Amino acid sequence: MANLKYFTNGLLKENPTFVLVLGTCPTLAVTTTAINGIGMGAATTFVLVCSNLIIALLKNFIPDKVRIAAFIVVIATFVTIVDLVMKAYTPDLYKALGIFIPLIVVNCIILGRAEAFAQKNKVWPSVLDGIGMGIGFTLAITLLACIREVLGNGSIFNLRLMSENASTILVFVLPPGAFVTYGLLIAVVNRLKAKLNI
Amino acid sequence: MEYILIIISAVLVNNVVLAQFLGVCPFLGVSGKINTSLGMGMAVVFVMSLANLATFLIQNFVLVPLNIEFMRTITFIFVIAFLVQVVEIILKKMAPPLYQALGIYLPLITTNCAVLGIALLAVQKDYSLIMSVVYAASIAVGFTLALILMAGIREQLSLADTPKTMQGFPLSLITAGLLSLAFMGFSGIVK
Repeated sequence: MANLKYFTNGLLKENPTFVLVLGTCPTLAVTTTAINGIGMGAATTFVLVCSNLIIALLKNFIPDKVRIAAFIVVIATFVTIVDLVMKAYTPDLYKALGIFIPLIVVNCIILGRAEAFAQKNKVWPSVLDGIGMGIGFTLAITLLACIREVLGNGSIFNLRLMSENASTILVFVLPPGAFVTYGLLIAVVNRLKAKLNI
Repeated sequence: MEYILIIISAVLVNNVVLAQFLGVCPFLGVSGKINTSLGMGMAVVFVMSLANLATFLIQNFVLVPLNIEFMRTITFIFVIAFLVQVVEIILKKMAPPLYQALGIYLPLITTNCAVLGIALLAVQKDYSLIMSVVYAASIAVGFTLALILMAGIREQLSLADTPKTMQGFPLSLITAGLLSLAFMGFSGIVK
């Protein structure tokens, strides 16, 4: 039961997207459709959980001075695995996410959790932390993607909500919409946190 | 002509931060003051050009001949991290004034996803060596431009009375959104 808090930590209290504001590049770039959001979230969660697991296992063997380099090797290995698997099994999603799959390597959430959590904690809490942070990230970017897809494209998860001819607010699927929607969502979360005293 | 198109496209039309969403973290983090933005921008121009030069050579003379292109992400991130360290050491010895100006920004650049992103994009676009370096330099100039514009706005904005929930990230992101909207005016200049 005590372990549960490692899991829930990433969901709201330290949500990587809305509270810590880490990994902003993929958050803004891939959230044009809800499917892309979930795909990116799943890929990042996989890398996050695996790298937390390996780093927690190896923490006593990695010399302190080269730890960042060692973390990057571990992370880059899993990113390469994800890259090849997605290329083989989900070619459409792979095309849509493009450059942002290899760029999971430099996603600050992953290196941040390795440095701040996995290298100081036991294996099981590290895995739970990875899952919690990963799910928190996935939920947040999927929410952002849903809002952008509904307003900008009139659909959600590729299901049409409005007729083909209905005019949508196109700017929401363009770059400016990403910045503005993300900004407003953080403001809403700030307000909620202040109200609920979290 | 081809080079001019690359430069205009990279600086204005496909601005790295405002249209391609690369390097958003330092864009939000460093853009508080105009002076620091300029320093960061210069350091990025320097490192990004060098990084594209190095990754081009590695891609074409190591990865492709050995047929190990799947190692690209790992190799590139290492080359960039290594390069930043070397540049820092060399500048410290050879050009102390330049080191004074850029020094504190250099370590920050390893975590700048734009450097890795642009190196990977240049490989995808099949640029020649010179084109790749020109592309990287102009992308970095575009980054600097966005950073300075943003810093100018934020210096003014810090004096304004804004609602508490909007302070910090929300306001920065909305400002970035408006800047991005302005930059969309350039689309269509270059295909």
